[in-house]
Amino acid sequence: MKILYFSWVKQRIGHGVETVTLPPSVNRTGQLREWLLDRSPGHRAALADAEVLRVARNLTYCDWEEPIADGDEIAFFPPVTGG
Amino acid sequence: MVRIQQEDFDPGHELALLSQIGPNVGGIASFVGLVRDMAGGRPVTALTLDHYHEMSVKMLENIEAEARARWPLLGVTLIHRYGRLSPGERIVFVGTAAAHRQAALDSCSFLIDWLKTDAPFWKEETGPAGRQWVAPRKEDEERRKRWRQ
Repeated sequence: MKILYFSWVKQRIGHGVETVTLPPSVNRTGQLREWLLDRSPGHRAALADAEVLRVARNLTYCDWEEPIADGDEIAFFPPVTGG
Repeated sequence: MVRIQQEDFDPGHELALLSQIGPNVGGIASFVGLVRDMAGGRPVTALTLDHYHEMSVKMLENIEAEARARWPLLGVTLIHRYGRLSPGERIVFVGTAAAHRQAALDSCSFLIDWLKTDAPFWKEETGPAGRQWVAPRKEDEERRKRWRQ
């Protein structure tokens, strides 16, 4: 599964993209966020607080209950500030 | 029409293109967003925009489609820049063409409000004190909600 990070989430983790192989127990976006916390201190610093994060599955905003599958592109980022 | 690009754009040229859509165009509205040299009382020397390219394209196309569903528009142009910009530089262009002014003006306002809350761009300000990511503004979310009613 391809995972993307943007803005300060990317900075804290140290890179903007990674590919992961999920264990069978991880099949929703919220479970994925929790599972990623243990990958590095940077992941924990970036992803610990779900309240300040947004998540998208395959280019569409979703919530933390969204089902995920291999082949999906999941992105984690802060609330947007464009315009 | 949606464009996401690093380079500058020419608002005059974009307006000319909208005016050339056809003789049924009776009014064009536009908004141009610029980089300010101050933010929250702090000087800003540069603004860097991170973005999620494929999703930005998709979200801007969705926003354009939503505007076209709500108003009888003859043309829509949405341009958003990314990368490092200096104060005074243009960031965003919204242009709408319609037979009558109200559709053009209202849809232009709608488009910039939706773009601010839905398009995945993130601003980072650079100033004498260093760099910091811009926090989302509550007013932007309120303005977007207004259009749901």
